[in-house]
Amino acid sequence: MRVTVLAAAAPAPAAEPSCYSRLTNEWFCLDYVRDRREEILDATSQHLLITVLAVALGVALAVPLALLARRLPRLESSVLGLSTGLYTVPSIALFPLLVPFTGLTMTTVVIGLALYALTVLVRAFLEGLRSVPDDVRESARGLGYGAGRLLLRVEMPLALPVVMAGLRVATVSTVALTTVGSLVSYGGLGNLIRDGVTTNFRAELLTAAVLCVVIAFVLDALIVLAERLLTPWTRAGRTTRTGRAAA
Amino acid sequence: MRVLQDAWDFLLAAGSWTGEGGMLELLVQQLLLTFTALLLALVVGLPVALGLGHLGRGGFLAVNISNVGRAVPTFALLAVLVTLGWPGTDSFGPYGRAGVATLLALTLFALPPIITNGYVAVREVPADVREAADGMGMTGAQRFWRVELPLALPLVASGVRLALVQVWATATIAALVAGPGLGRVITDGFYRSQYGQGIAGAVVVAVVALLLELLAAGAQRLATRERRDPLATVSTGLHPVG
Repeated sequence: MRVTVLAAAAPAPAAEPSCYSRLTNEWFCLDYVRDRREEILDATSQHLLITVLAVALGVALAVPLALLARRLPRLESSVLGLSTGLYTVPSIALFPLLVPFTGLTMTTVVIGLALYALTVLVRAFLEGLRSVPDDVRESARGLGYGAGRLLLRVEMPLALPVVMAGLRVATVSTVALTTVGSLVSYGGLGNLIRDGVTTNFRAELLTAAVLCVVIAFVLDALIVLAERLLTPWTRAGRTTRTGRAAA
Repeated sequence: MRVLQDAWDFLLAAGSWTGEGGMLELLVQQLLLTFTALLLALVVGLPVALGLGHLGRGGFLAVNISNVGRAVPTFALLAVLVTLGWPGTDSFGPYGRAGVATLLALTLFALPPIITNGYVAVREVPADVREAADGMGMTGAQRFWRVELPLALPLVASGVRLALVQVWATATIAALVAGPGLGRVITDGFYRSQYGQGIAGAVVVAVVALLLELLAAGAQRLATRERRDPLATVSTGLHPVG
């Protein structure tokens, strides 16, 4: 019985309209968050899913491309040129261009966003690998490291700080760009924003917008944390480096 | 692949370019929005960025404003501005429906790259060059105009170029809130299930984006070629900047 009473309590009192009713239409409304919890959670999880899939696909494509570009210097400028060209195409224009091939599906959004993430990530991988000092590479070779082991054990770990910086940029912008996916109805929280605009529903609009920013900052913080755990040596190194700079 | 044929037909039909709400009108609208917003952002952002860089203050703010700008979805900001009492969907002369809201959002999004690059550009002037200027007895203002600004200019220019392309892209998103610009061709196509039209609009937007990028790159190259060796122009004082 208690449950029904509680459930009825939210929309029932006609004398005092809830803060998200048509009459009041407030920007901040906890009642809205409570009553539409499922809808908000669904949108948030779709948003996270699209973001994570897109960034993962971006990384999966960026690594081989970066390695290829490094091996074949003539290819490097065209890879970088292509990625710059792609980045100038607005996301709202990219999704329609993919639709003939992938239809109005989540795949369209994931591929589109992965392409954007790719442009940042290829650059980050190339710069990261370039930041590895040549003498370190030579000493590893002198110690008998083969190409594969050199890459995995020496170059990748040393490139990690630059790569992670790129990953942060790619992730944060992917979270924001996911909202545009609402054009093909797979925009995660973007769907709520679009609905909020068309129906002039302020609480829905602002809740979704704030959640987007929160997701971006949380994912950013998680990547920073992962980087700290993965590269414990950089903290020790940083103090000596700044010490030297000050001297 | 029927839609590709539809898109091609739409691009070739004269009726889709001319008249009220035709692509030409929307194109002009979006170019107008882009350049006005960029100009506003330059007027507001550049003095702040260069001043902070010159004084060496507010670095945390200048660098982190880019991260914040990246995290806030353009679509969300536009949506909030349009739903507010002001600017709302007020029409603004040749800028079209929700012109004020769009201009405001675009200006806000042009600011981060301009401020961050402007600040970093001035800060990255080598310390010994700065010290040499002080040693020669230059005042703070002289040091800024004759030393820091000429050396910072290439990086400032690349920030402006980045902002230009970003603003163009952002202007397209205005259509998601029924705002002005070419994005409307895309959204209309989608909402009416005429995907050919949506694709045609996307092609036009993408082509103009690439053209703007190429134009900006060319302009930047021209601007930096004039003073290829900034240190030389500083020392001979042949090109007083100001």
